[in-house]
Amino acid sequence: MIEVVRCGAMTSVQDLGRPGFRHLGVGHAGAMDCIAMRQANMIVGNDPAAAVLEVSVAPLVLRFTEATSVALTGTDFTASLGKTDGEHPQEVTSVLPGHATTVHAGDTLTLSRPTIPGAHCYVAVAGGIDVPLVLGSRSTDLSAGFGGLAGRTLAAGDQLPVGTAAGRCISNRHGIRSMRPIHILRALPGPDWDLFTAEAKERLPKQPWRIRHQSNRMGLRLHGSPLPLRQPVELLSSGVMPGDVQVPPDGLPIVLANDAQTTGGYPRIASVIEADIWQLAHMPPSTSVFFRLVDREQAAAAMAQQQQYLARLALTIAADIAGQG
Amino acid sequence: MLFTFAPQEEQAQPLPVPLPVQQRVWALSAWLGEHREKFRLREIVPGMANLLLVTEPTSSPASLSETVLELWPTLQPLPGSGRTVEIPVQYGTGIDRNDDGPDIALVAAHTGLSVSEIIHRHSEATYQVYCLGFQPGFAYLAGLDPSLATPRRDTPRVRTPAGSVAIGGNQTGIYPSTGPGGWQIIGHTSLVLFDPRRDSPSLLQPGDTVRFVGGTA
Repeated sequence: MIEVVRCGAMTSVQDLGRPGFRHLGVGHAGAMDCIAMRQANMIVGNDPAAAVLEVSVAPLVLRFTEATSVALTGTDFTASLGKTDGEHPQEVTSVLPGHATTVHAGDTLTLSRPTIPGAHCYVAVAGGIDVPLVLGSRSTDLSAGFGGLAGRTLAAGDQLPVGTAAGRCISNRHGIRSMRPIHILRALPGPDWDLFTAEAKERLPKQPWRIRHQSNRMGLRLHGSPLPLRQPVELLSSGVMPGDVQVPPDGLPIVLANDAQTTGGYPRIASVIEADIWQLAHMPPSTSVFFRLVDREQAAAAMAQQQQYLARLALTIAADIAGQG
Repeated sequence: MLFTFAPQEEQAQPLPVPLPVQQRVWALSAWLGEHREKFRLREIVPGMANLLLVTEPTSSPASLSETVLELWPTLQPLPGSGRTVEIPVQYGTGIDRNDDGPDIALVAAHTGLSVSEIIHRHSEATYQVYCLGFQPGFAYLAGLDPSLATPRRDTPRVRTPAGSVAIGGNQTGIYPSTGPGGWQIIGHTSLVLFDPRRDSPSLLQPGDTVRFVGGTA
């Protein structure tokens, strides 16, 4: 069991999400950076799809009632582990990101300061966060209020169940580096591409877009020169996906993220390719982003490359564990 | 991949989708549901006169696209489920802004109809569930009496309670969960529209007929 001692806003239980139910209006949810999420799980010997904690706002203080191992991936947080004597930490050691860290019963893990405020970090625990499966996933659907821990973000006083650790951690000597976002989102032209002016289509990949403050797990709102339509249109509602770039009447695009609703009515100028969606987890307000238009073959190749990376990582980790004897 | 089966570009306002068109969208969804493995489909999401298909990233979209476009003209409209779901509604009184339908007075002011006439016309009509979306279990309903059409709120409510029965433009619907919402709330139902623990989580399904059965509190 893990006890949440202190908790900033927006920490939630997430796994690979809840695909397959969009026809019922159920959103994807899930870790925004599902590569970092898988890495964290692999480090502590979990199934890569096990549930983890997604953290974007400090602080997070967790007390462990049993010995286990943890791993932090994604954006770097200043993190430490130690015994506490009431409120006072003792024998504190810093926690290296991307490494397996041994936790003793009674230890407290503190995530105090993110390197990039607003970017997401993942905390995996050996055995995984063992909340019940809802529609095949442990992810928190924050807008509908189910999944995860009672369908909400974590708060001080919460108790998180931990599953039984099945595998072995990677050795302390090795770490796994989290991928760093390059702030270029490769995108396919969207289903409503032709509704936009030639100028808008030209401008989308040319100008930098700044992330606005109203951005969250539902979508990233962008600021830049507006993208006009050839003429005003009201579209019939249709299914939308994370990665879709919607343009409301003000002309300022919104990149839909994991918690986006399943249907929408705004024209979609582009869709961020699946292989680049993880970067959305690391684009807090005020950062800049560029779009680069690609075709379907390039999108499929990028996805294949990502799958190869994860497969190689799994092999490397298996070899490391075998080498421990 | 999004397939659109109604002309959209020409109108500033979308026209109501004819039922036979939507029935063919259901037929297409059903057929693709039976061939999910063959086309490596992750999601089959019917919309209003359109269908979103999500495939595995490495599958070929060209053959799927070809199949859908060949199939579409040959499809027979799929009749509805034959199921009628009655939704008990406590409509607003138009007097108390804190009752179950806080915006019914506003709908009355906009439409020029009395509150009792609004309730009458809203609960007399039969509605068809065209598709689900927006929130888990939210049904896009066709069949609102055009005289009840009322624009959405200028500023959406931060909190629209679960079970709110509302009008937005020329549509009516029921909010399954509490959250932000821009529609005008005219009543409330205590039915649970979506429960992920039920065998069939969504109370309403495409093809269902819906009737609102109501009265004021």
